[in-house]
Amino acid sequence: MNNALRSNKFTSHLLLIVFSLLMLYPVIWWVGASLKTTAEMSSPSIWPSTPIWENYTQGWQFSPEFTFARFFGNTLLMEFWNVLGGVVTSAIVAYGFARLNFKFRGVLFSILLLTMMLPGQVTIVPQYILYNKLQFMDSYVPLILPHFFGGGAFFIFLLVQFIRGIPRELDEAAKIDGASVYGIFYRIVLPLIKPALVTVAIFTFIWSWDDYFAQVLYLNSVGNFTVNLALRMYVDQFEVQWGKLLAMSLVSVMPSVVLFFFAQKHFVEGIATTGLKG
Amino acid sequence: MKAEAVNKPAAVKLRLTKKLKRSNNNNLAGYIFISPWLLGFLLLTVWPIIQSFYLSFTEYSLLEAPTWTGTQNYVNIFKNDTDFTTSLKVTFIFVLFSVPLKLFFSLMVAMMLNKNLKGMNLYRTAIYFPSLIGGSVAVAALWRNMFSLNGYFNQVLAWFGIEGVGWITNPDTSLGTLILLNTWQFGSTMVIFLAGLKQIPNELYESASVDGASKIRKFFHITLPMLSPVMFFNLVLGIIGSFQMFTAASIITQGGPINSTYMYALFLYDKAFKHYQMGYASALAWILLVIVALITAINFLVSRYWVFYETDGGKQK
Repeated sequence: MNNALRSNKFTSHLLLIVFSLLMLYPVIWWVGASLKTTAEMSSPSIWPSTPIWENYTQGWQFSPEFTFARFFGNTLLMEFWNVLGGVVTSAIVAYGFARLNFKFRGVLFSILLLTMMLPGQVTIVPQYILYNKLQFMDSYVPLILPHFFGGGAFFIFLLVQFIRGIPRELDEAAKIDGASVYGIFYRIVLPLIKPALVTVAIFTFIWSWDDYFAQVLYLNSVGNFTVNLALRMYVDQFEVQWGKLLAMSLVSVMPSVVLFFFAQKHFVEGIATTGLKG
Repeated sequence: MKAEAVNKPAAVKLRLTKKLKRSNNNNLAGYIFISPWLLGFLLLTVWPIIQSFYLSFTEYSLLEAPTWTGTQNYVNIFKNDTDFTTSLKVTFIFVLFSVPLKLFFSLMVAMMLNKNLKGMNLYRTAIYFPSLIGGSVAVAALWRNMFSLNGYFNQVLAWFGIEGVGWITNPDTSLGTLILLNTWQFGSTMVIFLAGLKQIPNELYESASVDGASKIRKFFHITLPMLSPVMFFNLVLGIIGSFQMFTAASIITQGGPINSTYMYALFLYDKAFKHYQMGYASALAWILLVIVALITAINFLVSRYWVFYETDGGKQK
């Protein structure tokens, strides 16, 4: 029995190690390739014979006018507002749905869940027309504004589930002490849902970063580009400079990497504790 | 939470306070709290949906006012537009393969990671991390290189003596490559599975072990039924998400070669924002909406036969 258990553990470890390497290998290759010349790109060795650090320095200098610092600045500023808007408004809305009784609450909550299933393409054309009329083209307003409207149905749903798990007795006690619904939200619920809010913040950050569709739609002058759009310029060149492209691509995922390592445990636990049951 | 632990008088009290609450409706406060969402919903969802429905019966180039053309857009789409049929076919194949593959793969990974082993955090990081960044333009660029004729993937194949093709420049393999990339981005699906797995009470497995159930039996009779709501959630959202696949198709293959990866979202984007045929694109969007709604409705109907909701045993749904 004990022996079987041990060999079982051993197989698990072996499987996990092999699989981890399989997943990580492209990333390792990526690091090596970002230091190669285009000619060397197709050679099987992982590490280049002489690392071309210029891929990074020259890649960073996107054009005579702009460096990647500009694009990172643009993107991170957008992320700041998106995360702020998403976290604050999703918490407010979720509290309303989870704890307050109002007319049509059930219907509205069902509609909220339904919007999760709505393909974005259906609304994108009129939204584009709207932003165009309001002269918001080539600005970050169309990218940031939606996050201030509750941060997205998925996050509201996640937080509602989370708040429902908090004992109502806490609310009742605060009520007896004379707290208003606003007081209960601010003093009782908000501090308790912090772990879930971290999850919302992380996913908002990553999903906004990856929302290439909206970026390519609304931004068109190079000075306003996000990191993604700048990378796209590298991809679109007739003769793709792979070294620079892969170097800058690697740099571009760094914010997500840093975020991931700082907030690792929240990725699973934030969702696990919400009792997501579909 | 221990709902079972609530004793009778307390339960009665709880019901009473609930009743009290209901009589004491908080209409104003409620609407104040949900107002950000409600406002956004009306402004960025309801109004655009209505407008897009109207526009789908018009010709509109953004420069002049829309002109009413009746059902002309729809007739053209269904009768004359070969791009429509191609993109629909490509998208269906993509959905049909990538959704089950991703579900299967992420469930396997989640089960692998749902063990109490030393160094699990390290494994989880190594496995989850690459897929976390998988949706970005950066990774799409990486894939474009890796799957080119002289790319990394073919180098690996060469070790085994297999001569690869230009995976993304060959119309027979380009769509498969995108499906593979989509499967590789299993991260969020996997996390939701993992969260679901962690909620299955251990006692179920223990008592099954006492009864002498094998691992495979446990998987089919405990894990899968208990996980079915989560599976359903991932399935529905996975299908809807796959229908809208855009970034990879746009960066890696740009719809080509020979339209073999011309995904519906890409086609719609071209019509709307390259050719500025807003009315035509709106009609395309409505067709997509109807398709997705139908599939989702069928999913919900069928779910009755395989999704298992825990109704008794303390936890409320």
